[in-house]
Amino acid sequence: MSTAPKIELSGVKKRFGPKIVLDGLDLSVAKGESLVVIGGSGTGKSVLLKCIIGLLTPDEGTIRIDGQDVLTRSQKDRQKQMSKFGMLFQGAALFDSLKVWENVAFGLIKAQGMGRAQAKSIALEKLKRVGLQSDVADLHPDELSGGMKKRVGLARAIASEPEIIFFDEPTTGLDPIMADVINDLIVECVRDLGATTVTITHDMASARKIADNLGMLYDGKIIWHGSKADIDQSGNAYVDQFIHGRAEGPIKMALRSH
Amino acid sequence: MNIFAIIGRLTLDGLAALGRLSLFASHALRHLVLPPLFLKNIGQQMMVIGYNSLPVVGLTALFTGAALAQQIYVGSERFNAESTMAAVVVIAIVRELGPVLGGLMVAGRVSSAMAAEIGTMRVTEQIDALVTLSTNPYKYLVVPRLIAGVITLPGLVIVANIIGVFGGFLVATQRLGFNPGSYLTVTMNFLEVTDIVSSLVKAAVFGFVIALMGCYHGYYSTGGAQGVGRATTNAVVSAFILILLANLIITITVFQS
Repeated sequence: MSTAPKIELSGVKKRFGPKIVLDGLDLSVAKGESLVVIGGSGTGKSVLLKCIIGLLTPDEGTIRIDGQDVLTRSQKDRQKQMSKFGMLFQGAALFDSLKVWENVAFGLIKAQGMGRAQAKSIALEKLKRVGLQSDVADLHPDELSGGMKKRVGLARAIASEPEIIFFDEPTTGLDPIMADVINDLIVECVRDLGATTVTITHDMASARKIADNLGMLYDGKIIWHGSKADIDQSGNAYVDQFIHGRAEGPIKMALRSH
Repeated sequence: MNIFAIIGRLTLDGLAALGRLSLFASHALRHLVLPPLFLKNIGQQMMVIGYNSLPVVGLTALFTGAALAQQIYVGSERFNAESTMAAVVVIAIVRELGPVLGGLMVAGRVSSAMAAEIGTMRVTEQIDALVTLSTNPYKYLVVPRLIAGVITLPGLVIVANIIGVFGGFLVATQRLGFNPGSYLTVTMNFLEVTDIVSSLVKAAVFGFVIALMGCYHGYYSTGGAQGVGRATTNAVVSAFILILLANLIITITVFQS
């Protein structure tokens, strides 16, 4: 059994026009670890996630998954690699032309070629796992509340039992109680699957609940990386400012929205 | 700002857009020939593009054919050439007005809807979600629309041609006192196979253009609701212009003097 990290990034750079978003970023996530990346709005957290999953291609650097460099591989190989991944999007990104259960079963039917009846029974089981009854299965996404959409998104992300799951701001837009419910679900589902996860968030309550380890993204780099227990004694002025949500400190917020 | 900088910026932007469109089209065509095909999506799109467009295309053809007959009659009367009316109407409808007006009406209906739907999927990350579920968005979204466009437009244009000629027939026989039998005889005698083939070829090309513009502008839309609105407008405008340009090229190529 090798001890190679599940996900390993080194020297990853990504720019959009003149704006450098990721500037030689290094990061590694061990198998079964839950890493939460914190950072302000517009600091490139989403870009980082999209580079790892393959929705964006970095300009420089290497990304290894299970020790294999994914950037040098063919499109076809990368698409195959996708079956290892699940992702919960910020706005849930449910397909609004499909019913709830078809959303959850989408990967099973389209990518794995599973029969509809079998896929539906798995979808219902996953929906139950995230606390939704079978009467929700035949609704369309626009009939659901924000919290329910997140649950369906989570069910879809875990439906094919992926090895790696990405969470993009899982609690944004939810009330504190629903946010905590979603956090609990994430922790339980991930533990059941034994999956490796990377979460990006600026919600510290969520970060403390989900994380084994935390990394802070600032100015295109991971400026601090350590265990959850150490975050309050990081000795890093940037981290302290962020976790306590102070306006004053070394981090200067750019006065433009993301 | 420096005038040369403006010209340079516009040129670069234009070339970048052209390159992006070419790449998009070549990706789409590559996925068109590679399995799997999402047949259910093709069927859905054929309903949306074809069946749902029948009323608007039919009415357009009916009114245009009728107005055309009236104009041709008034014009040809001055040369005592009223007898050519049926021939002029059928040729004008089948060669030009049927496919072009049909194409433009469908472009207005369908390119905009495609751009809005795919654009919304883009800005709400549904396209990214497709990728993470190991489903190629070109295959799932773009290819079914292209195939449906190319298959259904010729069918719609056949209907438009028939209704257009019928509109002319109505005005000629009900208003201008033509004999129904001889009107139809002249119509059939002057219609050639080339006319019909060129009409169908135009329709298929327009169907491709309509779907391509709708998908392309939707796929690359950015910036929320405003961006989707912009994509919708651009899809319709560019589909209109490309349809008229393609029509000119096909007409010049097929009907050489």
